[in-house]
Amino acid sequence: MTVAGLDQIFVTLKDILVAHTPAPLQTIVGILITIVPIIVIFPALFAVTTILERKGLGRIQNRYGPNRVGPWGILQPMADAVKSLTKEDLVPRAADQVVHYLAPLVLVGASFLGFAVLPIGRNMTAVNLDAGVLFFFAIGAGTELAVFMAGWSSRNKYSLLGAMRAIAQMISYEIPLILSSIAVVMIAGTLSPTLIVERQAAFSHGLAHWNLFTPWGLAGFILFMIAGTAETNRSPFDLPEGESEIIAGYFIEYSGFKFALFFLAEYLEMFAVSGLGITLFLGGWSSPVSFLAWIPSWAWFFTKLLALIVGFIWIRGTMPRLRMDQLMNFAWKFMLPMTLVVIVSAGIWRFLPVSFGGSAALGGMVRWLVCALVIVVPYVIFARMLGRGNHIEKRVYRFAE
Amino acid sequence: MLGEGILQGLMETARNFFGSYIEKDRLTTVQYPEERFELPEASRNFPFLLYDGTDPDAGLRCVSCQICEKECPPRCIHIEKSKDKKPDFVGKQQFYPAVFDIDVSVCMSCQICVEVCPFDAIRMDKVFELSTGDRFGGLLWDKHELSKSNEYYRQIHPVEAAETDERRTKEKADAQAKAIAAAAAAAAKAAAAAAAPPSDASSNGAAHPNPSKPVTQ
Amino acid sequence: MTLPFLILALLTLAGGVAAMTLRRLVHCALALAISFAGLAGLYLNLGAEFAGLAQLLVYVGAIAILIVFVILLTRGGDADPDSSFSPASAGSVVIALAVFAVLAWAVNTSSLAHVATLQPAPPSDKTGTLQIGQALMQHYVLPLEVIGLMLTAAMIGAVILALRDKRIAAEPKDSELRAS
Repeated sequence: MTVAGLDQIFVTLKDILVAHTPAPLQTIVGILITIVPIIVIFPALFAVTTILERKGLGRIQNRYGPNRVGPWGILQPMADAVKSLTKEDLVPRAADQVVHYLAPLVLVGASFLGFAVLPIGRNMTAVNLDAGVLFFFAIGAGTELAVFMAGWSSRNKYSLLGAMRAIAQMISYEIPLILSSIAVVMIAGTLSPTLIVERQAAFSHGLAHWNLFTPWGLAGFILFMIAGTAETNRSPFDLPEGESEIIAGYFIEYSGFKFALFFLAEYLEMFAVSGLGITLFLGGWSSPVSFLAWIPSWAWFFTKLLALIVGFIWIRGTMPRLRMDQLMNFAWKFMLPMTLVVIVSAGIWRFLPVSFGGSAALGGMVRWLVCALVIVVPYVIFARMLGRGNHIEKRVYRFAE
Repeated sequence: MLGEGILQGLMETARNFFGSYIEKDRLTTVQYPEERFELPEASRNFPFLLYDGTDPDAGLRCVSCQICEKECPPRCIHIEKSKDKKPDFVGKQQFYPAVFDIDVSVCMSCQICVEVCPFDAIRMDKVFELSTGDRFGGLLWDKHELSKSNEYYRQIHPVEAAETDERRTKEKADAQAKAIAAAAAAAAKAAAAAAAPPSDASSNGAAHPNPSKPVTQ
Repeated sequence: MTLPFLILALLTLAGGVAAMTLRRLVHCALALAISFAGLAGLYLNLGAEFAGLAQLLVYVGAIAILIVFVILLTRGGDADPDSSFSPASAGSVVIALAVFAVLAWAVNTSSLAHVATLQPAPPSDKTGTLQIGQALMQHYVLPLEVIGLMLTAAMIGAVILALRDKRIAAEPKDSELRAS
């Protein structure tokens, strides 16, 4: 089994299976073989993530996570699944039955659709759209509508309040999300995720051409991940579903399996946003250094995805929840100007000459420095402006010192 | 600078995460019931009666003085004195409790009974896993349930038990020394009386008791 | 008249009809969102990727949400009407049929109706997005800038309106405080 064979093993499997089916059914079978693994793998990854998250958060908080169900608690997702399936499905009498039923379905459907355009390996994109990045953001719109449906149909003040806040947050952070990906689209010259990854898979001096290794790519990646965290209502932006503030926000009135579907949708969105971040900034399925390129492409993708998930869990364990006005301030007064600055920096990167006084390496460094400066100076200015209103002095304790 | 605090926080949580595998005090969970937390020396839950030696009836220290019954604030102790007496650790004849009941559902673990007992007969136990299905009878403990040996006391409260045992051995030694001295004095007196009255009787004729000699029993 | 086109057309029409006839206003808004999605599907069916996805992003993601917010904030969803068909509906049906007739005549006599082949343009390497982008930046750059100015003006106007409401709402409280 050669390296390239291992890399393309799933593609060859699919080709073999499709070739062995009768001709009229071939397209359907091909579509099914492409879709079913997505529907199987990502919920399985969801189960793994729940246990990783609970144990990881536990260790961060000086305690064990769940460790009763299996060895080291790895069968805990099974117990959670059984619990969510056997709980009584309560629907309030005053609730709008049809919309209440449809909301989690629309949410999960929209979340699954996001995986269709992600290149999971070389030649392994489910649907090779030419405007794949745009498709991804268009699907996010369906998510917002589903959140509203969930919040409104419960006929509950807190639910409605949570839904309004969630939609306001999602809309506000959608703009930095899209703008930070526009820098990448600008440089790559295409909206297709497959082509964007292929552009990043080239190596020079052993280091790949990841967008992360450029100043605008680094800043853009950080902004993209922050906006993605806010899009999926994940800590520290989880005020709409805050357990201690407004009970559970827009899914108060959901119990049992529908609640589990909301959780599934949140984690799936997290994976999808991470996947898009990996595609745009981290080089998708390509390896960072040329001497590790023998590892299969899909293995690289899932490694990076796991790393980002660990990052999500880490941030969740570290930061307190942001208040609604702090959220909005951050989005409109800091993230939006920063993404515009990143676009300008990407433009400068594109049009600055690569050689400086005849030397390519020096030219590269100068280009890097100029673009970094274009980002860092506004960053400092915006950060000062953002923090101008809050003069929080260091706390002085009367008796504790 | 914006973001500096976040990075510091991230480093702190990472240190917590990795430290929880290495250091003891970054993972303070005690997995009950497989692991038990070491209770401090002075922790107390409900009282128990002490007996010396191996026989709970013979070695029971309680002399049924009923001071603890009277001092107990929620009045959860019920004592009935016996009709006969038995010797205590110095040899003196004392009453003993025929009935000694403590209603543990009422007891508030104030330790007043321990503080007022002059005979070191009642002490506080540390056991807290006492759930029972019987709400009334199961929480009314009688003398047999309450009696635990001095060895057990030494195990659970080593420092207190050492102090009590030292005091009691000293008392016992003093009492024995006093008994020996009294016996020696009595023997000397008996010898003197045996030697003196024959000379006295020969001089007086009548054996009248000597008024200066104290009446012994 | 392929199967995907039939399904999408039925979806769009059903969404539109439901938006007119449903009793609760929020249901109507959601049915309208379905109709928008159906329209986006029709664009995608024709191979116009950018138009279809932009339709989804803008109409479903922004305009439907806007409609829903408006319904919520003005409490229009609570009152459910007795009947959707009022006595004046006969006249409105006639007007709607007349408009449909004019539009049908316009489409039928336009140049697009006489295209012999019904197949969409074959997808090429230079996708519609690239052509739209090039057209916008080269040929139609003036309308683009004017639209940008218009949108900026609209946003500034919205901000000013919101500010004025806040200041008017804040002032009586200040005077009350000073009086007490």
